Formats: sequence, structure tokens, C-alpha cells
Amino acid sequence: MTELLWLIPALPLTGALILIATKGNLPRAIAGSIGSGSVGLAAILTILVAIDFVSKGQQPIQQTLWTWINVNGFSPGVALYLDSLSLVFIFVITFVGFLIHIYSMGYMADDAGFARFFAYLNLFVCSMLILVLADNLVLMYLGWEGVGLCSYLLIGFWYEEENNGYAARKAFIITRFGDTALAIGLFMLFTSLGTLNIQEITLLAPDTWPISHKTVVAIGFLLLGGAVGKSAQLPLQTWLPDAMAGPSPVSALIHAATMVTAGVYLIARMHIIYELAPLAQTWVGVIGAITLLIAGFSALTQFDLKRVLAYSTISQIGYMFLALGIGAWSSAIFHFMIHAFFKALLFLAAGAVIYVLHHEQDMFKMGGLKNKIPVIYWTFLIGSASLAAIPFITAGFYSKDQILWLAWAGEKGNFWFYLAALIGAFVTSIYTFRMVFLTFFGEEKTHVGHHAGSLMTVPLVILAVLSLVGGFIELPHNMGHVTVFSDFLSGVLPDVETRPGVDAYEWLMQGIAAVLCLLGIYVAYFFYMKREDLRAEIKGATYQLNRFWFSGWGFDALYDAVIVRPYVYLSRVNKSDVIDKVYNGLVTISEYFHFVFARTQSGIMRWYIMGIVIGAVLILSLGLMMH
Amino acid sequence: MNEVSTEAGLILAGILFMLGLISVLIRRNIIFMLISVEIMLNAAGLAFIVAGARWAQPDGQAMFIFIVTMAAAEVSVGLALILQIYHQIKTLDGDAATKMKG
Repeated sequence: MTELLWLIPALPLTGALILIATKGNLPRAIAGSIGSGSVGLAAILTILVAIDFVSKGQQPIQQTLWTWINVNGFSPGVALYLDSLSLVFIFVITFVGFLIHIYSMGYMADDAGFARFFAYLNLFVCSMLILVLADNLVLMYLGWEGVGLCSYLLIGFWYEEENNGYAARKAFIITRFGDTALAIGLFMLFTSLGTLNIQEITLLAPDTWPISHKTVVAIGFLLLGGAVGKSAQLPLQTWLPDAMAGPSPVSALIHAATMVTAGVYLIARMHIIYELAPLAQTWVGVIGAITLLIAGFSALTQFDLKRVLAYSTISQIGYMFLALGIGAWSSAIFHFMIHAFFKALLFLAAGAVIYVLHHEQDMFKMGGLKNKIPVIYWTFLIGSASLAAIPFITAGFYSKDQILWLAWAGEKGNFWFYLAALIGAFVTSIYTFRMVFLTFFGEEKTHVGHHAGSLMTVPLVILAVLSLVGGFIELPHNMGHVTVFSDFLSGVLPDVETRPGVDAYEWLMQGIAAVLCLLGIYVAYFFYMKREDLRAEIKGATYQLNRFWFSGWGFDALYDAVIVRPYVYLSRVNKSDVIDKVYNGLVTISEYFHFVFARTQSGIMRWYIMGIVIGAVLILSLGLMMH
Repeated sequence: MNEVSTEAGLILAGILFMLGLISVLIRRNIIFMLISVEIMLNAAGLAFIVAGARWAQPDGQAMFIFIVTMAAAEVSVGLALILQIYHQIKTLDGDAATKMKG
């Protein structure tokens, strides 16, 4: 079975090519089936490959398809490498991707660009699979660029609306900054090690560099730069809220479950670099911590349902970066998997809400939907519970709690990281349930239009189940100490050590986290259900702060002033192209002399004869003077 | 016949040439320009004769016969061209033929 590994990315690619070649002339059912079927088949193949992989004792599988480049000994191949880390990722990508494709068949059913949508989605899934399955960094970069392209195409899917194009371009350009940093990091890796094969790097790096050597620290920071671009972390986080201009399935797939986690994958994959560069690793954690707080506070003030979820994604990926920063590699991947489930669920459910309310996205215009759309309500509630990490019953609790615990107790853990994560958890709880109460409770301000069909609700149910039970494969020490997940990854990612003597505090820490989560729900309930009148007072008193958090802490304005305006000014000043002026000047001068001399050609014959005579006189006199 | 010094002959040829040249430059009428060119040709021929007489060779005379022949041919062609130009511009003013201007 494992020799069919190459089919896993190839199937979605084939689906995309077929849909592109038939240019939207296929009937909807067939186009949708091709689009979803290719990913579904890839999902089945993933399960088969996984069974084979596990039964062979988790032996990594390498499959070289062909040699891509061969220059002077540098020969990255189009080669796939499967180990437990990439298996987790392809499982999430194909499985969640498949559910989202099914959902899209319902959501995009009335859209004119139906086949185009599925073509782009398939292309995206193929690129993402290549990204995580690549055995060398060059092929991974191909996947990296591919997902960036598909993100652009899908954000700007409804291209007739101008703002969607702006959002798509914004996303692409901002991630470009990250991509450039990543490319430079790859160049440095190659010059130092002579190879870009990931396994070879993992072997060679500890022998080439002592810990904290400046080259490896630089590479660590550059790879981090690439990761923050794709994963929308500080300072490149401004594109994600605007990327909500795309259809909801796109937001679910790309901007919740998969593409934005590419940065997490990169850092986890290159963990050897970060183990050799503790400074870079600390900064991974710092960026994660700051971002999760910034995004959390911003989410508190949003009125657009999808923007709350966008900021929530940025915040939760901040948690993953925080986990990576403290060396809790498998915890970060665990949180990635659980987050993929509940965030995709939330985006799809939000999409369903928007769909039944005829594209109303303002939460303050929603309300009272609890009994009208029960399936969507319950699945949304489960997803929110998982996001807020309600104790014991949700998967989110187990994954987020592990990060909180290790932020305090881990060897590289830090009180400040723990405090940031804790405050972040509290804020998460508040904004999540603010969202729930505003959307589903209270009086109904917009009436339900047509209901969502089963194509849309069945994936919601499946994801809801996963959001509840997905966490039981990794229980904390004091609750049964099930470590199925971290054992699965232990062959690839290093284990995390805890400081001595901390185990006694585990109950206390969990208790604090649980109390804060429930307190957050109560706060949301208090201000949005019970005493709504207080909201206006508080908003009036803190208006400046509210606006500041609403605008994403002013980053858009900052970038506008520092980067966009100078650039536009320079292009306006240079509109007549200064360098061109030099060449145009040459032309002008020769033209001037041309006109001067042209006047001597008067067409009058006597002048010409006079010219000959003068010339003859000059030459004769010269000749006479010589002798 | 009296001996005429070579210098005198050449000076005469030079003066004739200059007269012819100035005449070409000054005259506006095309036919007069042609006549002036004839004068220049004659001047050149005279210079050849004088040179031949100086060296007591018949070559100068031979050249003069060439020159006269050439002048005849040239005049016929020139007059034909002048007729054509007159056809075009309806005047014998040399300054009117400025189509090659610029």
C-alpha cells in the first residue's frame, strides 16, 4: 500500500486538471463529484497507508518519483517522505478537506463559478499535500508557493467585487515577505550544509554547528520569518481578517485548518535548527504569546461573525507557536489537529448561518436562531465549547490544557508565557461565547431564509463529533496519562521535559484554567444576555481602546503609513521615470542638431554649389599650408 | 606666333574658371548656369592646352578634344533635363526647384 503514497497528492491534482480542462462545462453534480471524490479517495488512501505504516512499526517511507534538478551534485528529487508527523498532517488535510468539499457542494450550489471553485480547492489540497510530504525543502517550497497561489485565487474568488481582489492581493503580498525570508533561509542552509534534504539536514546540522552559532540562529529567525507570513502571526498577521472576503469553505479549509498551519509544520519539521538555536526558539514562543493576546483582544470587538473566527485562528496559532517555542513539539501538533477540527467546524457552521440568513454577516443583526436551525446551533455550540476549552468533555480542553501546563512546567517554560496563555484562554472564552450568544440567543433580528441541506449539515455533525472525542487520545498525567498521540510522534519530534517537582501542581493548574474558562462564559453571558445595558456604558468609556482593538491594534494603519504611502509616493514621483530622462535627453539633443543641420538642406542648388566651392577652397588652402 | 608664357596661360585659365564659377553661383536662370559651366569647362580645356604646349606633347590637345566632346554630350543631356524641369515648375528660376528641401 505504501507505494501508492504518490497517489495521495496526485489524485487531487488530477481532479483539478480535469476540472480546468473542461472549463466549467460539466454538469454540477459531476464537477462536484470529481472535486470531492478525488479528495475522498485520497483520504481513503491515507487511511490505508496509515494502517500499513503503523503495522510496520512506523518505519518512515521514502518514495522518489523523479529527479527534479541535477546541478553540480545538488539534486533534489520530486520525492515524498512519510513519517508520523506528515501522516498526522495528511490525515487532517485529506479528511477535513473531504468534509469541506462535501459542504461546498451544498454551499456553492448556486454559484456560477462552481467548477472553478472545486478546481482551485483541489489544486490547493494537492499543493498542501506536497508541502507536508516533501522530503526536501525545495519541493516543500513548491508546495508553499502553491498554497499561496491557491489562497490568492480563492480569496478573490468572487472577483467581480473589487474589495475581494484587494484582499487577495493583500494576502499574497504580505505572505511574500515571509516567503522571501524563507528563501534566504534555504539559501543559507544550502551554503552551509550542501543539501536541502530534510533528513540529511537533521543528521548534519548538530555536527556542523555548535549550539547558538550565529549562522544557525540566523537560519532559525529566517525560517521563523517565513512561518509568520503563512501562519499570520506578528508582524505579518494583517492579511487574515481581510481574507474572510472569500467563501466560507475557503476560510475553513485554508485559513483555519491547513494553510495557516504550514508555518507550524515548517518549524516542527526543522526542529533540529531550533534545538541548535535557543534564541530563535524563544522568539518563536514570544511571537506566539504576543500574537495570541493581540488577536484575542481584537476578537472581542468585532461585529462580523467571520472576522471573530479569523482573529480566533490567529490567536490559536499563537498557542501553537508558543508550544513550539517552549519545546512542546507534539503538543503543538496535537493542538493543530484538534484546532483543525473545531475551527473548520466553526467556519462551516458560520457559513451555514450566513447562508440561511441570506449573507448577513453582522452578529448584531442576528439572534434567536437557536430553535430555528437546531443542527447548526448544536454543532456551532460544540465547536465553540472546544475552542473555549470547556473542561473534560471537549477535545480543545485536552490540547490547550497541555500547552498551558507545559508553558508553566516545561523546561523551557516561563512564567510570562504561562500568564499570556492563561489570559488568552480567558479572553478566548469570552469572545467565543459572546459570538454564540449574539448569534443564537436573544430576539431574532434577521429571519431564516432557506434552510441548509444535508450536504452542509452532515460534515458539521462529523466535525462536531471529532471536536468532542478527538482529545481522548492524549490525556494528561493525572487523568489516566494516555499518550497515544505523543507516542505516535515520538519517533520524529523530541520529547518535552518538565521541571523537577512540578507534578504536584498539575491539578491546581488545570483547576485555574477550568475556572477561567467558565468565568469567561459567565462574563459573556452577563454582558450579552443579562445586563445588555451595561455594554453601551462600557463601550462609551473605553471607546478609544475599542476602536484600537477593532482595527487589529493599528497594524493596518502602521503598514499603510510606513510602507504603502512611501512606495506610492515614490512611484508617483518617478512616473516620468528619472532614468528614462537621461536617454530622452540624448534623443532631444540629437533632434536639435538634426533640425539645425536640416536647414542647410534648402533644396536650392546654388547653396549646394557654394558648399562645394567653400569645401574646395578649404582643402586647397590646407594643402597649400602644408607645403 | 609669339611665345606665350605658361604662367600667363594658366592664369588666364584660372581667371576664366573663377569667372565661370562665380557666374554659376550668382545666376538664377538655369540656362545661364549651364552656360557658366561651359565657361568652366573651356577654362579647364585651356589649362590642358597650355600644359601640353609647355611639355611639347600632343596629350594636352587630346584631352581638349575629350573635353569638348564631353561638353557637347553634357549640354544635350542638360538641356533635356532643363526642358523637363521647366515642364514641372513652369519657370526657369533655379531657386524654385526646392522639392529636395529638408
